[in-house]
Amino acid sequence: MTKSLFSQASPLAKGEEQIRILNEGSPKLRTLTPFGKKLEPLGLFPLKRTSLEIFQVNVGKMCNQVCKHCHVDAGPDRREIMTRETMLQCLKALKESSAHTVDLTGGAPEMNPDFRWFVEEIRKLDKKVIVRCNLTIILANPSYYDLPEFFKKYQVQVVSSLPYYDKRNTDRQRGDGVFDKSIKALQMLNEVGYGKGGTGLQLDLVYNPTGAFLPGAQEELEADFKRELKTLFGIEFNQLFVITNMPISRFLEYLEQSGNLESYLEKLIAAFNPQAAKGVMCRNTVSIGWDGYVYDCDFNQQLDLPVLSQTQRRLHVAEINWKAFSEEPIIINQHCFGCTAGSGSSCGGSLVE
Amino acid sequence: MHNHYYDPEDLKNFGKVTEFEEKMGAKFFEYYQTVFGKGALSAREKSLIALAVAHVVQCPYCIDAYSTDCLEKGANEQQMMEAVHVACAIRGGASLVHATQMMKHVKKVNLP
Repeated sequence: MTKSLFSQASPLAKGEEQIRILNEGSPKLRTLTPFGKKLEPLGLFPLKRTSLEIFQVNVGKMCNQVCKHCHVDAGPDRREIMTRETMLQCLKALKESSAHTVDLTGGAPEMNPDFRWFVEEIRKLDKKVIVRCNLTIILANPSYYDLPEFFKKYQVQVVSSLPYYDKRNTDRQRGDGVFDKSIKALQMLNEVGYGKGGTGLQLDLVYNPTGAFLPGAQEELEADFKRELKTLFGIEFNQLFVITNMPISRFLEYLEQSGNLESYLEKLIAAFNPQAAKGVMCRNTVSIGWDGYVYDCDFNQQLDLPVLSQTQRRLHVAEINWKAFSEEPIIINQHCFGCTAGSGSSCGGSLVE
Repeated sequence: MHNHYYDPEDLKNFGKVTEFEEKMGAKFFEYYQTVFGKGALSAREKSLIALAVAHVVQCPYCIDAYSTDCLEKGANEQQMMEAVHVACAIRGGASLVHATQMMKHVKKVNLP
C-alpha cells in the first residue's frame, strides 16, 4: 500500500512547504491573484465569521485507505489520534457553543477507539452528528460490521465518498478493490434503512473529480448516480455532494508531478464565484484537530494554519472563548480558491445552484 | 519564439480575436454562448458532440478544452471514446459511401 507523504518524509507533508509552492512555486504562480484581492471588492476582506453552526472534529489521521487526493494525507501509517481527554474538552466547548451539528472526520473516524463513546456523548447534548465514513471501514474488520446498526441507533448522518459509479474511476482514486467494498457497504447501510425514504436515516454521497478538473453540476451528477447505482446495484441514497479537489497535500503532489499545478490554479481562479465566496463553510464552522488545536477549516488544519488566541498563541479547544473566536478573522491563502470555484465547494457540496 | 504551430497558451487568447475585427468576433462569441447555453440538449450531450467534432476538424485546442469539459460535465472515458468513434464512423463512412459512385462508374465502363 502507498505510504503517506508524512511517512515518506516528503517536504509536502509540511503545511509551510505547501503554502510556499502555492504562492511561489513557479514564476507564474507568483503572478496569480491573491485570494484576499478577490474578496476585497466584495467587502469580504478580512473574511469574518457568521454564527457558528458546524463543530467539525478530526478525530485522527489513521485510515484503512490511502486515497490519491487525500488532503489529510491519511493512511494506515498515520498514528495521530484524538484522546478521550481531548474529546471531553471538545464536548465542554461544544456544550457552550451555538453549533447544532458535529461533523466527525479523519482519517477513518471509526478507527479511533473512543469513536462510539464520543458519538454517544455528543448525542446526549442533543447535537446532530455527521460521520465522514469511507464505507470500506465497515468491511475492514468484524468489529466494524455493526457500524450501520450503531449509526442507526444514534441517528448519525452518514456522508461517504464515491467519486464515480464505476470501478475504474473509483479504484484509481481510492485504491484497488475500494469500489466493490464500497458497494457492499452501501448495500449494508441500505439494509438497515439508510438512504431509504421515510426512515429519516440520511445517507449522502460525495463526488469529487478524479483528476485536475472541476466538478460538474451537482443536480445532474446526482441524477446520474441515483440512476446508475439503483440500476446496477439496487442502491439508494439521499443527496450527492459535489466537492472540488483542494490543491494541497497529496493532490498538490499529483498536480506538481503531472504538470497540472499552474493550469489547475488558474482554472480555480478563473472560476471564482462571488456568491460561493459569501457562503464559504469556514464562516459558520470551527475545525478541531486531533490534538485539540483550533482551525478555521479542515484544510487550514492540514496546512498548519491555526487560529491564534488574542495572545498570538495557537488556540486550544480547552481554552476557547466563543465570543472572542467569533471576532477573529478567518485565515485565508491561495488554496481557498478551491472552495470558491464554479458552484463553490464545501463539506456539504456546492454552495450555489 | 516557439518552433511549433500550436501553443496551448494561445487558447487563452481566443477571446482576443476581436482585436482585429470586433463586430464579427463579438457576434461569434455571443452565438457560441447561445449554442452552449440551456437548450433541448443537456450540457453533457453538447460537450460530447463538441468533442467528437473537435476530432473531425482536428483542432488540438478544442480537443484539450472539450476533453476537460466532458469530464467536468460528468462524462466518463468510455462515453468520450464512443463519441470519438461516432465521429470516426461518420468520417470513415463519408469516404466509404463514395465507393458507390466508384462502383457505378466501374460498372458503366466495364464490359457487362
